[in-house]
Amino acid sequence: MALDESFSGREYPADRIYEVGREKIREFAEAIGDLRPEYLDQEAARALGYRDVIAPPTFTMIVNLDAINKIVNDPDLGLDYSRMVHGDQGFTYYHPVVAGDRLSVHTVVDNIMSRAGNDFISFRAEITTVEGERRITTRAQLVVRDADEGAA
Amino acid sequence: MSGIQVGDVLPPLQVRISRAALVRYAGAAMDFNPIHWNEGFARGVGLPDVIAHGMLTMALAGRVVTDWGMGALVDYSARFTRPVVVPNDDQGALVELSGKVGAINDDGTVRVNLDARFDGRSVLGKAIAIVRP
Repeated sequence: MALDESFSGREYPADRIYEVGREKIREFAEAIGDLRPEYLDQEAARALGYRDVIAPPTFTMIVNLDAINKIVNDPDLGLDYSRMVHGDQGFTYYHPVVAGDRLSVHTVVDNIMSRAGNDFISFRAEITTVEGERRITTRAQLVVRDADEGAA
Repeated sequence: MSGIQVGDVLPPLQVRISRAALVRYAGAAMDFNPIHWNEGFARGVGLPDVIAHGMLTMALAGRVVTDWGMGALVDYSARFTRPVVVPNDDQGALVELSGKVGAINDDGTVRVNLDARFDGRSVLGKAIAIVRP
């Protein structure tokens, strides 16, 4: 076990607010080739009852990953970033993220474990607006591959 | 129930992921892990070549559900089981995305089982979207 297990259960309240921009949503939607009108066109989004354009389902990885990276880059955790890969990811949706939302991310280290030489660290994050409206709960597991596996 | 039945096949999607697409996704998602754009770094940590962001593959698989347009997404999860290796050429990596209705739950939501295949093999495991019609 290379990771410091005492990180399990630690909570990281939001240290900044992320304001969702219309053009950032467009940039993200184009990068995944998802050009639904409600992501790009205010009128189309309003016709569906939203205040402004909404974001594609995986858009909040921007804030989710930023929060996780701050934790995994803590030298006390002992995580070798160069051997880290994404193991799994999940999202529970309460309401689409809307342009203009000011998002706050509260991240929790759910679990740390070691199996067959690989280390696993899982996170849960609550993404809400600063007004307290729930948007998305995310779940993520990172895998730190065994440093010796390349020897075979 | 909008006529959705277990076994319904969603319209599939084929996407070629190029190195340029990875750079573009890295910037858009602000995910700058060098295994997704730096060949020397990727090989140095034991990978065959640059690999695609798992989240890019997951976003592409999600398009199968959102393009289907049969309801609101309430949950979406996947495991990243194999890498999508992206060569430095004009072809990129061909990824095939598909989905099938796996269950209609007691609460009226619909479970869609998704798959993403590269090089003849699935690269996502337990990729499941829950939709509320």
